[in-house]
Amino acid sequence: MMHYAIIGALIELGFFGLLFGIGLAIAAKKFAIEIDPRVEKVLDILPNANCGACGYPGCSGFAKGVVAGEAPVDGCVPGGGDVAENIANILGKSVGETAEPMVAVAKCNGGNNANDKFIYEGIADCRAAKVVAGGQKLCPYGCLGFGTCVEVCPFDALTMSENNIPITDFDKCTGCGICVKICPNDVMALVPKNAPIYVACNSISKGAFVRKSCKSGCIGCMMCQKNCPSDAIHIIDNLARIDFDKCTACGICIEVCPTNTILNKFEEILAQNNGVPTAVPINPDETKALLAKIKDEQKKKKEAAKAEALKKAKPQSEPKGENRA
Amino acid sequence: MTFGSIIALSIGAIFINNFVLSRFLGLCPFMGVSKKTETAMGMGMAVIFVMTMSAALTWIIWTFFLLPTQSNVLYLIFKTFGASVVPAQFDFSYLETIAFILVIAAFVQLVEMVIQKSAPALYEALGIFLPLITTNCAVLGVAELNTMSMHLNFLESIVNGFSAGIGFTIALLLMSGIRERIELADIPKPLRGLPIAFFIAATMSIAFLGFSGLKF
Repeated sequence: MMHYAIIGALIELGFFGLLFGIGLAIAAKKFAIEIDPRVEKVLDILPNANCGACGYPGCSGFAKGVVAGEAPVDGCVPGGGDVAENIANILGKSVGETAEPMVAVAKCNGGNNANDKFIYEGIADCRAAKVVAGGQKLCPYGCLGFGTCVEVCPFDALTMSENNIPITDFDKCTGCGICVKICPNDVMALVPKNAPIYVACNSISKGAFVRKSCKSGCIGCMMCQKNCPSDAIHIIDNLARIDFDKCTACGICIEVCPTNTILNKFEEILAQNNGVPTAVPINPDETKALLAKIKDEQKKKKEAAKAEALKKAKPQSEPKGENRA
Repeated sequence: MTFGSIIALSIGAIFINNFVLSRFLGLCPFMGVSKKTETAMGMGMAVIFVMTMSAALTWIIWTFFLLPTQSNVLYLIFKTFGASVVPAQFDFSYLETIAFILVIAAFVQLVEMVIQKSAPALYEALGIFLPLITTNCAVLGVAELNTMSMHLNFLESIVNGFSAGIGFTIALLLMSGIRERIELADIPKPLRGLPIAFFIAATMSIAFLGFSGLKF
């Protein structure tokens, strides 16, 4: 009686084990999937932050995409040039011009300077606040100030300033663009890391409304556009926009801006202000001198234009006089 | 087996004896994958599939290999070789847990391979959940209940397995819906994340107690 129980148990479990073992072994052979060994190599190189800046769900997705040839070699923004080069070496491809490193900045300096439309007491999240009548700020384009971008930043590069505006730690920011995607008002934007000057306003409202809603918004007064020596800043839809290819960071736009909307994120300026971008040119004296020169030239041009207009006007009137005579 | 008994069985498995909220089985995925509705749905579908299939498989193993009946395979083999045996000598029901785990694990592995080869999209969608289910106590619980405690027949086993999967999915979806909203709520710092989820689970469990009054 006893030995049947023992032998039977051994036979049964042995049989199950053998059956499943053989079955799985056969299945593993039959359903084997070839995995490209390069995928793993590429994955080792990637930062593995799974930030999603490349457009794939994570680093493993991007690795597969790159090996399959769907994603560009330099598609990993946080990795930058080194990673792109290493990936290119593995795949035997060459890197084109690697993209300029970008950083995220808040295109708004409203914060406590921007007036409220109503008092919002709901969930402390920008996305939730935006749903309630477009946000509590009078300006429909500005930063709502609940720090959703700070929460989602995978690199801890964002903090809220005393003015209730997200400020970027430019050493930590990799330009992955997650904050840009999450911001319901599109306040966060990527700008070149090497370009120190940017416009801290996102409002395309007319100047009068901007004046009413915010102390530091762009009112579209054209001062920056008129005085820029390198034609790098233009007012489009009531908002100043900088062409970073042309900008020489002379600081004249900062000097002339009446609302201090144009900010400087040059390293020394940041060091002086606890990392907060400020409306101060890099070399205030030089900028002032340059501005004086430009104003002078403008004056001369105006005078010259007036003189020319007078000259043109005279010969026109003279022939008339002759005709009459 | 009547249509009415099938309905009674499935209502029982989905609501009255909900696997997560009344029997407290499968709490690991209930806490682990209930952060997003999407993943909860994926997990739920995988669990429904595996529970149904494993309910059928384990019932066959139980009836033909483990129970000391006239149809025990081992008894039949010994008998055909001329040994003087009676079915009672082949009572292997104590091997139930180990045999069921073996069957379920092997089956899930096989399914995973087949899906990976034939339907990569589905494989991506199910992702980590399939291998997770291998050692899910809810799946083993269904097998145990079908055979050891409830003595169901083959069809009833499948119905019970499917309904248990549905019940699990419902609990998981409810939980994920609540957790998605709570993510944005203003919760005291020490309670954020998992702690508040436990509070919710307890409250939901109390709510499901209300179904115990259902009678057929």
